[in-house]
Amino acid sequence: MKYEVVIGLEIHVELATKSKIFCGCTTEFGGDINTHCCPICTSMPGTLPVMNEKVVEYAAKAGLAMNCEVANFSKMDRKNYFYPDLPKAYQISQFDLPICKGGFVNIEINGETKNIGITRIHIEEDAGKLLHDQSDNGSLVDYNRCGVPLIEIVSEPDMRSPEEAKAYAEKVRSILQYVGVSDCKMQEGSLRADVNLSLRPISQKEFGTRTEMKNLNSFRSIFRAAESEIKRQSRVLDEGGIIIQETRRWDDDSGRSHSMRSKEEAHDYRYFPEPDLVPIELSDEIINEYRESLPELPYERFKRYTAKLGIPEYDAKLITASVKTADFFEDAVSAGANPKTASNWIMGDLMRLMKEVDTEDIPFEGSLLNALIELIEKGTISNNIAKTVFTDMFKTGRTPQDIVKDKGLEVLSDAGELEQVVDKIIDANPKSVDDYIRGKQKAIGFLMGQVMKETRGKANPQMINKMLREKLESLK
Amino acid sequence: MDFSKLTIKTISGALSEREISAPELTKRFFKKIENIDKEINAFISTDLQNAFADAKSAQLLIDNAKGSILTGIPMAVKDNMCTDGIKTTCASHMLESFAPPYTSTAVSNLKQEGAVLLGKLNLDEFAMGSSTENSYIKKTKNPWDLDRVPGGSSGGSAAAVASGQVVFALGSDTGGSIRQPAAFCGVVGLKPTYGTVSRYGLVAFASSLDQIGPITKTVEDSAIVLNAISGKDPMDSTSVDSGIKDYAVGISDGVKGMKIGVPKEYLAEGVASGVRDNVKAAISEYEKMGAICEETSLELADYAIAAYYIISSAEASSNLARYDGIKYGYRSRDYKNLLELYKNTRSEGFGAEVKRRIMLGTYVLSSGYYDAYYKKALQVRTLIKNEFDNLFSKYDCILGPTAPTTAYKIGEMTDDPLEMYLGDVFTVSVNIAGLPAISIPCGLDGSGLPVGMQLIGKAFGEKTILRAAYAYEQEHPFATVPEVTA
Repeated sequence: MKYEVVIGLEIHVELATKSKIFCGCTTEFGGDINTHCCPICTSMPGTLPVMNEKVVEYAAKAGLAMNCEVANFSKMDRKNYFYPDLPKAYQISQFDLPICKGGFVNIEINGETKNIGITRIHIEEDAGKLLHDQSDNGSLVDYNRCGVPLIEIVSEPDMRSPEEAKAYAEKVRSILQYVGVSDCKMQEGSLRADVNLSLRPISQKEFGTRTEMKNLNSFRSIFRAAESEIKRQSRVLDEGGIIIQETRRWDDDSGRSHSMRSKEEAHDYRYFPEPDLVPIELSDEIINEYRESLPELPYERFKRYTAKLGIPEYDAKLITASVKTADFFEDAVSAGANPKTASNWIMGDLMRLMKEVDTEDIPFEGSLLNALIELIEKGTISNNIAKTVFTDMFKTGRTPQDIVKDKGLEVLSDAGELEQVVDKIIDANPKSVDDYIRGKQKAIGFLMGQVMKETRGKANPQMINKMLREKLESLK
Repeated sequence: MDFSKLTIKTISGALSEREISAPELTKRFFKKIENIDKEINAFISTDLQNAFADAKSAQLLIDNAKGSILTGIPMAVKDNMCTDGIKTTCASHMLESFAPPYTSTAVSNLKQEGAVLLGKLNLDEFAMGSSTENSYIKKTKNPWDLDRVPGGSSGGSAAAVASGQVVFALGSDTGGSIRQPAAFCGVVGLKPTYGTVSRYGLVAFASSLDQIGPITKTVEDSAIVLNAISGKDPMDSTSVDSGIKDYAVGISDGVKGMKIGVPKEYLAEGVASGVRDNVKAAISEYEKMGAICEETSLELADYAIAAYYIISSAEASSNLARYDGIKYGYRSRDYKNLLELYKNTRSEGFGAEVKRRIMLGTYVLSSGYYDAYYKKALQVRTLIKNEFDNLFSKYDCILGPTAPTTAYKIGEMTDDPLEMYLGDVFTVSVNIAGLPAISIPCGLDGSGLPVGMQLIGKAFGEKTILRAAYAYEQEHPFATVPEVTA
């Protein structure tokens, strides 16, 4: 390609506070239409916003986790525009003095680590939702989302490919989940991104004209939208055209974007300081307190897992990518599991099952994985049985002990009982026995399988292997 | 006894002495309203049912000796303060039918004390104006001369108190809207330091300037009402705890040795002679009482009006954007799409003055104009604050007229909004600096109309200006308004 891709992301994230940013209403997702709102959410005359202190704390912590400088003094501003989902006709946001500035996060791309700069993080409120299909004579408005606290994380134009954009968004999400300031549930829209993208001839220093694609709510659509926009802009430039600075809407179904408005049509938001709120003042002491309270972040855990626990880099990276799998791993190890064994279970069966049902939640504690591993090590169940037990645990959340007991899955190690089965199989398969005697070692595998089948997989494999060999050798 | 002429303190005494019951008192005030308000037009609405219920509860408190000085006292508030279930119109077509599901903190504090709310009072639409002529609902008359305006925007509040229809009232003051009507109607109007009284439930005009305050017959009553309505409110983060528990304590300590600055700009040309003469006489009176009065200067006074109209209109353009016909209030019947719904609703729902200020405010915040207007106005604001700080390092309070004229004729100024804006010249800088100021009557002009004198204090210096005002009032008991008869 003749062009270098330049991408910057604006990521809007819902903070995990229990109540809204300016009133006591719940932030819980869903709820009947207009039940999670009060006169403040619907901006009735005379009502006033009061800042939820948790919002400030969470925004500051998010910034610290992304190596930002947290401002001792910042303020809220009004962003004025008319739309029915915005009951005040202004959004309370931050304009020139955001709470956090100048940070970075690192991403791994083709085995290399790259820093992506964070320009700023600011606090703002969410708007409501228009319902276009609930009434015959016009649209309706649901104000439940009004005043749900958000932060907007603005990156530097540091990404050079759709892969990097996706990796950056995933990393931001992972960090926020580690810090515990956001659930980042994509399907509930609690993480949305705007992709700013431009092209420039390789080796040109100045940026090209950029476009902005709004409201992408999955990593896949961030990737696809960027990919599609690169193609579109390349085509325009190749044909000698010019890129118009504009906002575009990405349609995930058709895989195409459409122009929403050009720079000329852009809103004049008439920002000015919000007079109903006092400025946000944070002392160095409180900022330090926040910094010290930050948990171990993904990269730190990655380093510990590889250096101290002997986990391969690839595995450690995947396990630490989500705080949920990382916490699950920690839980298993602290309950006594061998780190490598626990990691293998997570990398294999757990991730496969999570992918199958497309979830990020693990329905049981890591300590139960340790319990399962102990059952294998004690010889109570076989490795193969353990896999089915694990699947059961994932589906039901029950303990491995209960599952093994209920289903009678303990290994059959009673020599007398096993001998009966082995004799029965030898009698029933004269051809295989004959093959073995003639020197076909592989035939023993078939006979083992038959014993397993007869015992529904419960037979102690070492015992039946030994038993079969002895009996077959004696027949030679 | 004619209770309509008495103060909070006297009536409270009468209530506790069982000279009259709270319900009987309420009845008499409603009778008065019924008799004369068709002449004055101070009330937008009255609420007999709730008032009598509240009066009965008040009487129970009095009977059990659990009342406060405000228990059973009939009052009314400007109709831009929210009252649960009772229409709060802001004298606008836009909110003509709006009844909020909550009560403003200031009103609710008074109700807690047992004060009895008789109704809601007229104002300029959304408190924008200086004559109450901008009300969509009705035109309020000045009880001193029914051909004249009561001032504004709290014209209904000042007229109701002056004509004895309530014992006291609440007004709101963004650029003089308590003090100027108090001056025009010959009553006492106090604008507290910004943050002293919660703005929760006060329909916003300009958030960084708005402040609720009492309109009363006497200075002491003003302190009594301020005691009830002031304090930090968790619902208003700009409210503060001034640390002052009782504003009436020390009110009668006199002005001996008090240093009073008189800016020469406040008595310059453009001030009506009837106003100037009375204020000058008041200055002599203060000197006689032992105060030290000195001529000083407020050089930035000239810029205050421009800065005020830019800042207040900017905030108003944003505060009033929520009246869009979507959620509550007026909605045009005539629209085919969203843009038309907005345009027609706002064109039909707002009056001319409100629209003028929304347009002005939108303009000064627009990109390309912001720096030249809004930002510059904020810089002027800082300079004005500094200038006041400087004066208060030398003086305990600043004295001057409240308004350059006495009450003018209804319709006299309506064709010239700019001329009307200039009438705010002495009051707006006080809001810009967030300071407390009180307007008290200081005599009558040649036409027999009351003149108001303004005393400005430093931030949270309410007790000083109350003391100064009280001292003058003791020497010059205020003239009573001519009886209005139907």
